[in-house]
Amino acid sequence: MSIENLLLSIAMATAAGLVGCFALMRRMSLAADALSHVALPGIGVALALGISPLFGATAMLFFGALLVWSVEGKSKISTEAVIGVLFSVALAVGSMTTSGEELIEALFGGVSALTLPEMLFGSLASVAVIAFVISQRHRLVVMLVSPDVARMAGINVRRLNLLYLEMFALTIALGLRYLGVLLMGALVIIPAATAKRLAGNLTTVLATAVALSVASTLAGAGLASWLHQQSGPLIVIVAATLFLLSFLRR
Amino acid sequence: MGIALKVDHLSVRFGKLEVLRDLSFSVERGTSLGIIGPNGAGKTVLFQALIGSIPHEGVIQWEPGARIGYVPQKLDLERDIPITGTDFLRARVRLARARETEIARVLDLVGISDEVAKSTIGALSGGQFQRLMVAFALLGNPSVLMLDEPTAGVDQPGQKRLNELVRHLQLEQGLTALLISHELSVVYQYADNVLCLGHGSACFGPPRKILTPETLREIYGSPLDYHVHEG
Repeated sequence: MSIENLLLSIAMATAAGLVGCFALMRRMSLAADALSHVALPGIGVALALGISPLFGATAMLFFGALLVWSVEGKSKISTEAVIGVLFSVALAVGSMTTSGEELIEALFGGVSALTLPEMLFGSLASVAVIAFVISQRHRLVVMLVSPDVARMAGINVRRLNLLYLEMFALTIALGLRYLGVLLMGALVIIPAATAKRLAGNLTTVLATAVALSVASTLAGAGLASWLHQQSGPLIVIVAATLFLLSFLRR
Repeated sequence: MGIALKVDHLSVRFGKLEVLRDLSFSVERGTSLGIIGPNGAGKTVLFQALIGSIPHEGVIQWEPGARIGYVPQKLDLERDIPITGTDFLRARVRLARARETEIARVLDLVGISDEVAKSTIGALSGGQFQRLMVAFALLGNPSVLMLDEPTAGVDQPGQKRLNELVRHLQLEQGLTALLISHELSVVYQYADNVLCLGHGSACFGPPRKILTPETLREIYGSPLDYHVHEG
């Protein structure tokens, strides 16, 4: 693995660990999985237009997050029902617009090298996600406990919610070329779930999730290179093994 | 004494269900308003309308510059959420750009030890959590405190402490308090005025006038008894 790829993997894993902690505390772990399906139609359109699938997927994920956010604002509609229907449709459309090999690569990650624009995008997006979670963690904590209390503490709850969902979508997009959208959902949720079991306060849970996410990514990539396998599935297997090991502690 | 809150012809409906109808009242600065009524009468809905979290008809006018501390009813939180009481209060301190030492001050005011504050919020008892929420509200240096059943699940000494704290802040700092409570004796003792919400009707006035057997029977639909601790 080149030094650029290594740094990018660490940045991506850090972003995933941080975003995942709040996703888990917001009980969004299943929504994370559903949201990742939205990337597929974007990948199909991007390939048809001859541009990088990463950018098509990112655009669709942003749109998906916006959709979830606007549905959440309308309490009369069940968010879960809308997510279930729309994202299944996205998967169906995506599978029609993407060919077999491209689909597998998008879902589970590929072996093709990253282009310079993709590297730049990955770096900037990782930094944006990390900066967002660290700078907004106090607001996110208060909103998590009670949106009404957060509103009274001067927090723009609707805007913060939208920003969080967009950062979440961006994190899923980050993993597209590396782990694939489906497995990126796992890297967001599993290290955070392990950290939640081990840590007792906010700072420790964030730090532990980042450490586990980075360790899983590096160990998985190392194993992949040694076993001549794709890195995505191995990264997730390492993360899941650490999760199981966490049960030994308590 | 100025008016801290003025509500004119407030109505709230959820679809065809009208929860609050044409409600008008005002609260003078530095006084306390007790809000009573049976379950489902719209007490919490009134609070949600007052803080602007649900759509409503009518006019809600807060005094300009009012800083509102809101203590909601018991919240549905996961037991294993890895956020401690201190994390939660620190978040408020950072947002309000206040000093970290404020945390120790408000914890002392509501009677929570450092050790309890270091527990995760999901592991706190109902009473400890309510006191933590009051501490959070106090960190914003509020001019108005809205308390939705703040003593539900709090033990007797804790209840007394919270009620006296609110009364103290009211007398010392001119705080305005809005308190939803099922404890009629507490409302009688601590509230300057009472707003009673019944299904489809409402009444407003001083406790001695409102908390009569006749009014209570009308509001609750059955005779009620309560003890008054004068003092």
